[in-house]
Parts: sequence; C-alpha cells; structure tokens
Amino acid sequence: MHATEQELFDSKISQEIRIEPKDWMPEEYRKMLIRQMSQHAHSEIVGMLPEGNWITRAPSLRRKATLIAKVQDEAGHGLYLYSATETLGITRDETIEQLHAGKAKYSSIFNYPTLTWADIGAIGWLVDGAAIMNQVPLCRASYGPYARAMIRICKEESFHQRQGFEILLTLSRGSEAQREMCQDAINRWWWPSLMMFGPNDDASPNSQRSMQWKIKRFSNDELRQKFVDVCVDQAKVLHMDLPDKDLKWNPDSGHYDFGEINWDEFYEVLKGNGPCNHERLEARKKAHEEGRWVREAAAAYARKKNHNHALI
Amino acid sequence: MDLVSTFVIYWADNTLILGHRNSEWTGQGPILEQDIALSNIALDLIGQARNFYQLAAVRINRIDKNQTLTEDDLAYFRDPSEFRNLILVEQENGDWARTILRQFYFSSYQFLLYEELLSSADRDIAAIAEKSIKETRYHLRWSAEWVMRLGDGTEESHARMLDAIQMLHPFIGEIFTAADFEYEAAEKGVCPLPEKIKSRWYKEVNSTLASATIPVLSADKISPNALSGKNGVHTEQLEDLLSVMQILPRAYPGVSW
Repeated sequence: MHATEQELFDSKISQEIRIEPKDWMPEEYRKMLIRQMSQHAHSEIVGMLPEGNWITRAPSLRRKATLIAKVQDEAGHGLYLYSATETLGITRDETIEQLHAGKAKYSSIFNYPTLTWADIGAIGWLVDGAAIMNQVPLCRASYGPYARAMIRICKEESFHQRQGFEILLTLSRGSEAQREMCQDAINRWWWPSLMMFGPNDDASPNSQRSMQWKIKRFSNDELRQKFVDVCVDQAKVLHMDLPDKDLKWNPDSGHYDFGEINWDEFYEVLKGNGPCNHERLEARKKAHEEGRWVREAAAAYARKKNHNHALI
Repeated sequence: MDLVSTFVIYWADNTLILGHRNSEWTGQGPILEQDIALSNIALDLIGQARNFYQLAAVRINRIDKNQTLTEDDLAYFRDPSEFRNLILVEQENGDWARTILRQFYFSSYQFLLYEELLSSADRDIAAIAEKSIKETRYHLRWSAEWVMRLGDGTEESHARMLDAIQMLHPFIGEIFTAADFEYEAAEKGVCPLPEKIKSRWYKEVNSTLASATIPVLSADKISPNALSGKNGVHTEQLEDLLSVMQILPRAYPGVSW
C-alpha cells in the first residue's frame, strides 16, 4: 500500500529531511510557518526604525557607517524572509497588508524607544543577542527556505551583536556620563530582552506543535535561561549591573536564577499598549502610503518598456 | 590651511552631507529594495567622505606640527560657515523625485570629475578617485534609471519630477563656478577647472532627461545665486542638518565613542 501524503510528511520530519515549497504539507503547518515567518520579516522591517533613529546622530563617522550597514542588513533580512514566506503561497503585499491592518504581529521589543546612543549598543548586545539565541536553532528548522534564510541571517546577526557589545564596552571605559548612559540603557533593555523569548513554557500554546514539527527545537524557557547565563558573564566584562536583585548563581542547577518577568507589561505591549506601538506602525504605514506613487510609476514605466519591446 | 587641502575638504563635505541626507531615508524608502539601494549609496558616500577627511587631516597635521586633527574633528567640530559642500547636496530630501534628481545631478558631476582626478598630480587624491569611481558609476546608473522611471512613469511622477527640476535648478550654477581653491588646485594640476566638465555634464544630464520625457536644461539659463557653499555661505538647511549630526560629540567633548 502507498504511504499517504501525511505519512510521507511525517516520515520526512522524523528523518530530518527538509520540507520544500512544492512538497505536500498539512495546512496547519503552512499556517504556522506563514504566521511565524511573516512576523519575523515584519520584525526586521519595524526594527529598522528605532535604530534608524540614531543614524543621523551617530557620534563618529565610523559608527555612522556601521549603523547604516546594520540597518541595511535588517532590510535585507526582511527581504529574504518575505521571499521565503512567499514560497508558502502568500505575496509580500498581502503579508505587509496584514501588518498595516494590525492583523500580523512583529517583535514587541521594537515598541520600546531608543533614548540615547547607548541604546544602540544595548540593542546590539541584548536584543540581537536574544534574537540569535532564538534563531540559531531555526537554521535547522524543518522548512527548507526558512532554514536557509536563517543561516545567512544568523551570520550577520552575530556580527551585529559584537558591534553592539563593542559600543557598550567603549562607553563603559569612557567618562562618568558615558558609563551612566551605558548602565541606563542596560537597565531599560534587559527585561524587554528576556520577554523576547515569549511566555513561560506552560503558557505557550503553540510551542508544542512547533516542536513536534521541528520548526522550534528548544522551549522558550530553555532559551531564556541560556541567554541569561551568557549575559551575566558578559556584563562582568562591561563592569555593568543587570537590573535584577534575584539574579544569582545556583550551583545545583548549574545556571543563574533570575527574577520574575513582569508579564502584565509583556501582555500589554503585545496587545498594542507599549510605549511606541502606535508610532512604529504609523511610521511603516506612512512610508508605504508615501511610496505608493513611486511604486505605481515604476510599474507603469516597466509596462511601457515591455510593450515597446514587444513591438520591436 | 593650504588651498589644495580645502579642495579635499570640499569633496569630504560634499560626500558626507549627501550621504547623511540619503541616510535619512533608511527605513522610510518607498520599496524595500530601493531602501537598501539608497542606504548603500549613503554608505558609499560616507566611506568616500572618510577617505577625504583622513587625507585632509594628514595634510593639515603635516603642515602644522601642533595639530593632531582626525576625520571626526573635521566632520563634527566645524561650524556651518566652515563647510564647503555644494548647496545642492544639503537640500532637504523632499519626496523621492527630489532625492533622485539631487543624486543624479551630483553623481553626474562626481563621475566626470573623478574621471579627471584619476590623472591628478596629487597621487593621494588620484587614489581616492580610483577607489571611488566604481561606486559613483553605479550611483549614476541607478539614479539615471530612476529619473527615467519617474519622468516617463505616471502623470503624477512626471509632475513631481518637473517640481524637482524647478526646485533644484538654482543650485546647478554653483557646481561650475570655480572657487579660489579650485583655481589653485587646477594650477597645480590637482583637478580640472569645473568649466572643463560643464558641457559634458549638460550633455549627459540632458540625454537622460530627454529619455525621461523631461524638458532639457539650458546651460545659458543658469540663475545667479547669492549663496556659495564652496565659500561657506549656505542655506539654513545645513545648519539644521549639522545641529543634529554633531550633537553628541559637541555635548560630550573629549571622549571617544
């Protein structure tokens, strides 16, 4: 007897064979990927805003150039991810429309403001650091186009993380005002970065499914713990404090214990009530609306040229 | 400062200020691919600016042994009246049409000039031109393609291009009006006088404008302008730009970033 499509899919998943765009896949698997990948793409694009905010004020020419390059990399990541999402049968325009209509989410971390130059360092170190922790396992995700996009993205992200850490290191060795700026940014970005790993495992309804399908490889809490462990050591290099009085080494578990995340804040920001939710979405919509005539002109010009070409 | 160093500063300032303006689009572009393209041009221009500022700093420090200027001192601690950039490049971005046209005018000029600088008597300047000209060739091609798309796109994009042409027209004349440092640098075989590339600039620019169904420019109709960026007399837009760009180094002087 022939294997059913479902059986074939299941056996590929269990044998770690990548699912490719033309393969049969359960509708729920496709939906889960579209949701996760488009959300990831949107996060890259919305994420350009808080950092782009400091390009014009970067304090040296070298910093200015690296920040432009970084934000441009994020646009590139958005592009690969939108393209990878298109392989699942949804266009970039459709996914962007979902973002603008408030139907699709992006990472809540970008709903916090960037108040000083040190925030650019803290975003690199903590936000990109947390993103890498989440994303490295996605390089082995069961869906081929997603896994391949993630390999390239992770390489660039780890470069960004080092740059961010180096910004903070420079500040931490600088003047009193620079050290204060550095500590203040860490204080503001630490907890939101821990929230990037999502709800606790017992409150994360989609996680189990995602792990069965080998999209996700580690649970939210496992990844969060790994992140905390790494950061504590790095903070020592900076001679900076992490703003958590409950943070301490636990010799029994071999990990650092840490305090309880403010889940009320997490769910409020998720619902759209964070400090910059409105501003970020408006900025994206505005860029999209103001660019409409440019896209129309490019399309009209391309049609004319194709038409002329056809006549020749 | 010697006048050849002023010529180097002139190019450093042109590329920095236009790079900065272009970077204001990063994250706000009309199409993701074009956001990346324009950010890339911003990055190229700032890279070129760094080469020119570093060269200027070396030249100034060599002449005045008490000076230890760096690229950042030159970019962040000079006032608007000390900036030598063209008024064209400091103009606000406006819409995509104005940004494109500004880039197209500038890249057309820059490309023709860099071609000449390849054989400059100053080997450092020639080396920067050689390193940069490939980038500039791409900027020119990219912006020319967009001039054509917008000029010959829709009714709206055509109208916006015409507005941009009118808006930027007063700033063309300055490109071809030589300043004292250009006379001096030309005398020493460092660069050509701007007059030398003027007719080629009009020819190249007009050829693209004609394909874009935009009325061509006339070299005879240059409007006289009381301002001269080359001589440090700018529009208010430069002051606004610098007050943002220079804020951190000036608020916290003497530290490293």
